[in-house]
Amino acid sequence: MYSFEPSEEQKMLIDAVSRYASNDLRKAAHEAEENKELSSKLISKGWELGILQASIPEAYGGFGERSALTGALAVEELACGDLAGAMAVGAPALFALPVLLAGSEEQKKQYLPPIIEADWKPYSAALIEPAFDFDPNDLKTTAMAEGDNYILTGEKTLVPFADKAEAMVAYARLNNETKAFIVPKGMTGLKIGEAREKFMGLNAIPFFRVTLEGVKIPQANLLPGDFAPVLDGSRVAVAAMAIGVAKAAFGYSRDYAKDRDVFGVKVAQKQAIAFMLAEMATEIEAIRLLVWEAAWAIDNKKEDASQKAYLAITGAIDMTMMVTDRAVQILGGHGYIREHPVELWMRNGRGFATFTGLAMV
Amino acid sequence: MIDFEIPEKIAGTRLVVETVAVNMMRPVSRYFDEHEHEIPWDYINFMHTATRAMGGSSMVPSEKKEGPRFGFQRLAVMVEMLSWGDAGIYLCTPGGMLGSAAVSATGSPEQKERFLKRFRGETPVFDAMCMTEPQCGSDTSAIRTTAVLDQEKKEWLLNGEKIFVTAGHKAMLDSEGFVVVWATIDKSAGRAGMRPFVVEAKTAGCQVLKMEHKLGIRASDTVSIVLQDCRVPFENILGSPEVVKDQATTGFKGAMATFDATRPIVAAQAIGLARATLELLKEMLAERGIIIRYGLPRQKLSSVEKEVIEMEILLRSAWWLVLKAVWMMDNGKPNSLESSMSKVRAGDVVNRITQKAVEIMGPLGYSCEYLLEKWFRDAKISDIYEGTGQINRLVVARQILGYRSSELR
Repeated sequence: MYSFEPSEEQKMLIDAVSRYASNDLRKAAHEAEENKELSSKLISKGWELGILQASIPEAYGGFGERSALTGALAVEELACGDLAGAMAVGAPALFALPVLLAGSEEQKKQYLPPIIEADWKPYSAALIEPAFDFDPNDLKTTAMAEGDNYILTGEKTLVPFADKAEAMVAYARLNNETKAFIVPKGMTGLKIGEAREKFMGLNAIPFFRVTLEGVKIPQANLLPGDFAPVLDGSRVAVAAMAIGVAKAAFGYSRDYAKDRDVFGVKVAQKQAIAFMLAEMATEIEAIRLLVWEAAWAIDNKKEDASQKAYLAITGAIDMTMMVTDRAVQILGGHGYIREHPVELWMRNGRGFATFTGLAMV
Repeated sequence: MIDFEIPEKIAGTRLVVETVAVNMMRPVSRYFDEHEHEIPWDYINFMHTATRAMGGSSMVPSEKKEGPRFGFQRLAVMVEMLSWGDAGIYLCTPGGMLGSAAVSATGSPEQKERFLKRFRGETPVFDAMCMTEPQCGSDTSAIRTTAVLDQEKKEWLLNGEKIFVTAGHKAMLDSEGFVVVWATIDKSAGRAGMRPFVVEAKTAGCQVLKMEHKLGIRASDTVSIVLQDCRVPFENILGSPEVVKDQATTGFKGAMATFDATRPIVAAQAIGLARATLELLKEMLAERGIIIRYGLPRQKLSSVEKEVIEMEILLRSAWWLVLKAVWMMDNGKPNSLESSMSKVRAGDVVNRITQKAVEIMGPLGYSCEYLLEKWFRDAKISDIYEGTGQINRLVVARQILGYRSSELR
């Protein structure tokens, strides 16, 4: 039966997350970006909201069931506060959720409780490769079976917290399929770039280039399950975050336009601006429903869930670029100044074409 | 609890309607496009018989107080499917067009019974809405048609000219139907003076004049109606006859309440047409060996694949906006914002999709051998009637900005 209203439980979660997002993340965002650092206190507070913990069953240390939809609702709110903060808080999910979705019973029991029951610690995932036509289903990084081991070879970019991560999930092509491998820190051949990578946005997160130079890992570190559910979970998470960023940009530019005088009226009273805002709101709401549908399809094990997740992220990429660009435009010259957050949202907005792999629900 | 599953009750209806669309609409689509002003009686009679057999009177949801309400969701799903069959022929569906919508939204229980019961009769009956006038379209507060109360005879005297009345011919000349005429009872009151009046077929002084020749939806008649000292009973006014100046603009609000209900339905029509187009496009491409490879990064897709995937995103997301708007309607949630959003989006989407589909198929798209070119022509109306895309943007903008119409003109 159609319904477009979150459950009571989801509403409570949304409320709690949204309070943290606006009171903590949003307030810290500017400084975090400029100083290229998020405080660990801030991240810990976000971790204590228990978004990931609620997605992991009790048997593995958590207190709930994984729901892509609930996750999407939560990360949308987080990203509306600050995208870098949202991704940092969710970093352990980059490791835990692939284990939950594609791991064996043994792997889940081994890896999940120490993450879920502890304070926030950096975990990571290495999916993205430095190529213009990067395709998660056609990786250049390879895994070769050699005796009881796999040998991983390839190059990864945009690996968050790689320098300090307890462990990461590295993705590689094995027999023409993308597979996930658990790579603990300090493995021989695992080369973390000397300096942090520099990007147009997300400067508050330490990203590294990671080179896998014939990293030899035991067979038991292969997550046996399919990659598709992992990719779907990431696409939906990233798409939901795109909604959050777009919502932030829309709200800020709307308030600005209502406040600023021009030719004797408010900027927002000019149809040229009002129509831009109307289209932004419509676009956000439309794509938001598409993202919810994809998340719902995942939770309900629909056959076309993967296609829906793909459509959701593809739609979200264009939507968030359009919305963040217009937000800067509505503020005019002020939009270009870093004192206002809209230029950061525009930089982050463009990144959604690249961010699949940096969030999971 | 968020749920994207079609309710079972509606899924059944949808299947039935699909059969109608496939068997009774598609085969005659081209014929009625080429024979403008001919009436698709086979479809009309079938729909009338079928609706009666199911115990309904029209497609417009009847009020029911208990249990979850699905009426507008069902209507949107039906309209989407019928427009997938043929948008022009769908507009010939007896009962439950805009006139009934206005009666449903603004009439008293007695009025609803009196005016809507005719749809339950032996023969199909039509209804229509008369808003637009030669000198005003979107600016409905500028209407000049007047309604003057004849105190002695307790009758309203209507005078004025209405144009672009969808299905007006069928309502007034081909059946014992009615039109809802928006007129002013106090010109100085502006919007506050606007009221809807029911004018029944064969009322003296009400004449159907010109039948328009259109770009598309040619199976549906569009007429002008002239009111010359047209007398209707006092009880035919929908809503209150009192004018309260400088206060709530009741009359205009009635029109707006009607739009909250009808805009998503018009949007659903656009979605059905857009879906038909996208499906045919994909079929035609598949016959020529082009299968859309979902899941690939854009850099690896052909431009045709990119277009098709974008169309799919537009279509799907627009459809959910429509369903959300009608779901809110069914659940008694104020939906002016969502209603107009769905109309804005659907109007854009259907035009984008039909225009691109014709472009992609080249000479085959342009040819009358296929329905793509017809759908391209049918599509345009969705961005015009029931509030143009621009008017609906204005409605959305006022809502999100918290502005009254005087603050955002």
